[in-house]
Amino acid sequence: MSKSIKIRAKAKNGITTVKSLISHPMETGFRKNKKTGKLIPAHFIQEVVCKHNGKVVLNCEWGASISKNPYLAFKFKGGKKGDTIELSWKDNKGQSDSISTKVR
Amino acid sequence: MKFDTKRRVFLKGSVAATSVGVALGAGLLTPGAVLAAWNKSAFEAKAIDKAIGAAAGSPTTTPSDKITIKAPDIAENGAVVPVSIKAGLDGVTSIALLVEKNANPLSAIFHLPEGTLPEVSTRVKMGKTSDVIAVVKAGGKLYSARKGVKVTIGGCGG
Repeated sequence: MSKSIKIRAKAKNGITTVKSLISHPMETGFRKNKKTGKLIPAHFIQEVVCKHNGKVVLNCEWGASISKNPYLAFKFKGGKKGDTIELSWKDNKGQSDSISTKVR
Repeated sequence: MKFDTKRRVFLKGSVAATSVGVALGAGLLTPGAVLAAWNKSAFEAKAIDKAIGAAAGSPTTTPSDKITIKAPDIAENGAVVPVSIKAGLDGVTSIALLVEKNANPLSAIFHLPEGTLPEVSTRVKMGKTSDVIAVVKAGGKLYSARKGVKVTIGGCGG
């Protein structure tokens, strides 16, 4: 089970709403460490992919200006209770995580 | 005919990409690790036109009142500004979100396959008071909308 992603998907009138929260520092690379005066290296999510029953429903490319602990919400047509929703992210350091949940 | 317009957009896009390449060569942009899928030139572009050009294929967009941007008029904390974009257009394939006065204006590109509604929400960082711009690609054409957000505490640097 993924620790970095919280996700909720709900189907209503043939439309599924997906809401998710990812915990990630999203460092821009512009911030300075106040003690050392050195720049904190950029560390942010670059790619987020969401799949419904294995089919991609959203593919995002993100920059460093997405807020810390990013929030993402979107809707797609179709989807019913019990369908599988899979969300995964990858950051600029090559770290990644994914989660799978069921539509409610 | 349709093919021709697409080709033109593609050509414009490659021109925009080239100009970023020149900037890179001149040492204006620092090259780092290159990821295949991530649109590096678009995200590292500092000028708004270049960012739109590299992200969407052309810097020229048509303002559209069918795109709604939901964002606060005044954001108390620039580090977390909720933004929702909704496009009342048909055949939307991608939505790009930009913050005009950020060091790197491009925040996100959402690629929407068929069946996904042109409606996304996220939260962005804003360095200072600026316009939030949405560039929506629908039926191969680019449409845009903007909304001003006043920031009292900046979210970049700090």
